[in-house]
Amino acid sequence: MDPFQTLLVALRALLRNRMRSALTALGIIIGVAAVVAMVAIGEGAKAKVQDAFAALGSNLLILAPGSSLQGGMHGGSGTQPTLTWDDLTAIRTEAPAVLLAAAVLRTNASVISEGQNWWTTVIGSEPEYFQIRSWSASVGRLLEPGDGDGTAKVAVLGETVGRELFGDPAQALGATIRIKGSPYTVIGILTRKGQSPMGQDYDDTVVVPARTFRDKIQGGLARYLSGAVFLGAASPAATRQAQEQVTALLRERHRLAEVDPDDFALRNLTEMAEALQEGQRTIATLLASIAAVSLLVGGIGIMNIMLVSVTERTREIGLRMAVGAKPRHILLQFLLESSLLAFAGGLIGIAFGAAGATWVAWRFGWDIRLDPLVMVGSVGFSAAVGIVFGLYPARKASQLDPIDALRFE
Amino acid sequence: MAGPALIELVGLVRTYHVGGTEVKALGGINLTITEGEFVAIMGSSGSGKSTLMNTLGCLDRPDGGTYRLAGTEVAGLDRDALADLRNHTLGFVFQSFNLLSRTSARENVELPLLYAGVGSAERDQRARKALERVGLADRMDHHPNQLSGGQQQRVAIARALVNTPRMILADEPTGNLDTATSIEIMALFQALGREGMTIVLVTHEPDIAVYATRVLTMRDGLIVADRLQEPQQAVASTPPPVAAT
Repeated sequence: MDPFQTLLVALRALLRNRMRSALTALGIIIGVAAVVAMVAIGEGAKAKVQDAFAALGSNLLILAPGSSLQGGMHGGSGTQPTLTWDDLTAIRTEAPAVLLAAAVLRTNASVISEGQNWWTTVIGSEPEYFQIRSWSASVGRLLEPGDGDGTAKVAVLGETVGRELFGDPAQALGATIRIKGSPYTVIGILTRKGQSPMGQDYDDTVVVPARTFRDKIQGGLARYLSGAVFLGAASPAATRQAQEQVTALLRERHRLAEVDPDDFALRNLTEMAEALQEGQRTIATLLASIAAVSLLVGGIGIMNIMLVSVTERTREIGLRMAVGAKPRHILLQFLLESSLLAFAGGLIGIAFGAAGATWVAWRFGWDIRLDPLVMVGSVGFSAAVGIVFGLYPARKASQLDPIDALRFE
Repeated sequence: MAGPALIELVGLVRTYHVGGTEVKALGGINLTITEGEFVAIMGSSGSGKSTLMNTLGCLDRPDGGTYRLAGTEVAGLDRDALADLRNHTLGFVFQSFNLLSRTSARENVELPLLYAGVGSAERDQRARKALERVGLADRMDHHPNQLSGGQQQRVAIARALVNTPRMILADEPTGNLDTATSIEIMALFQALGREGMTIVLVTHEPDIAVYATRVLTMRDGLIVADRLQEPQQAVASTPPPVAAT
């Protein structure tokens, strides 16, 4: 008896009891739907955090000057100018794990166009800044290495600033804006980046070359870098290495003794992102586990019905044995029945789970991620549930004594 | 009637343990049945005739003695080998028909072929032929609940015949049928017997046993009488539904 025939026999047996089959499959349908929906929602939440940190910059570390200490009072990060431009050069040349480094000087100022003004964050930085933050221009160009050398008065506008000053950001290209009395030519508009995890608008900013910033907007000691340095590592894994290399390098350059604390602050945002994602993953796993329990309950439902079915069909089993069915034929038939139930339930469950998750996304505006792998996996898992929970009843059926089975009333 | 021996039982013993006491269902049976015989086994309930039948049908295994079926020693066979014997060598007919409900007559008849691994086209063809043989050519796609008792039993006989067995074992095949229908069924068995089929039939009705060529009587697990007889010819009130082959 070939497997296809056995499959047909199993299918017919299920169709003979449609209502019962449907109700048995319902347990699996609910279980799989719950798993698919919960994983989609959990993955969506995780991806949202991931996207937010990706917008901040890929494999990003932020280096800030140290804190001042006057009369026992810490001034907070950046209050003491301990980082020098030479430090930056040293990081670029001597820390191999650091792929990109850019000084980021920042202040708030009013930016004026011909007919409008807008209070925004002005950043003085270097071309690498855009690479680290994976930020491109939607119109025009970004800062280029030549802009920094000659204190060129050029500016790249964030989308929000472009819109506030010129109505249509695209109109801003080539126009002149004034910051602290000096005119700047707009050379590019940045693509929209949206909000930070804290709700801050990334696009509400103007970027000018770092040297121009230092000369024209906010002066400072020429040696010291009065702002932060953004560092980009080659990969998420390399951020830790970059952190170690930069820390060692700066401690050496600043001649800090073994016991001295760092006179700078180096934050690894990738690690922060990973920690946050870890939290999300825990919640997602928890949700999926609860859903998996319902799948287990569905499996027990299958076992229950298969046991009833075996008892009910004892005479049929006896007859099949009398006309030549071997124990393995009977085993296979009942196993196929239970796994067919579970498999079909799994397929329907996927549809319900995906629909449910989509509805949640639409109704509450949550992010969801429907992963085909999870769907295939949960159908595979439910078929496995069918086999595992079908095994006991099927074995029981196949081990029946044909005489007892034929005489069963 | 001097064909080769199909069944040879020597000192066959079968003991049941019921609540600590031993019940000897078969107390040492010696029996030879040759090809082409139509044997009726009679006896009251508890005489051991059902146990004998189950043993002959390779459904039950004896505790002692030997059983050779078509030259094969049955005692040493495992469940799979017994299933093969039942599938290829034997055909069963039961008192309560034992047809699968909500399944057409043709598909019921195909069942043994399914387990014999016969392809679907040949299965269909052989099932049709077997149903024609028992006079149900026009009922192939009927479900059991659409058939009369006699017709259901004929479907069961077609199912027993479909895999061309060496012997048909019938356990009270007329027990659930009225007299007229019983005679029809016996006429069908006799027709098969005339074609050379070996038939072993268990019954407790002497009216049915008269159609056999040999009658065994059992009591307390032993054969107490074994006689050959000139069978009475079963004449069905309706013409025998046997197509010439």
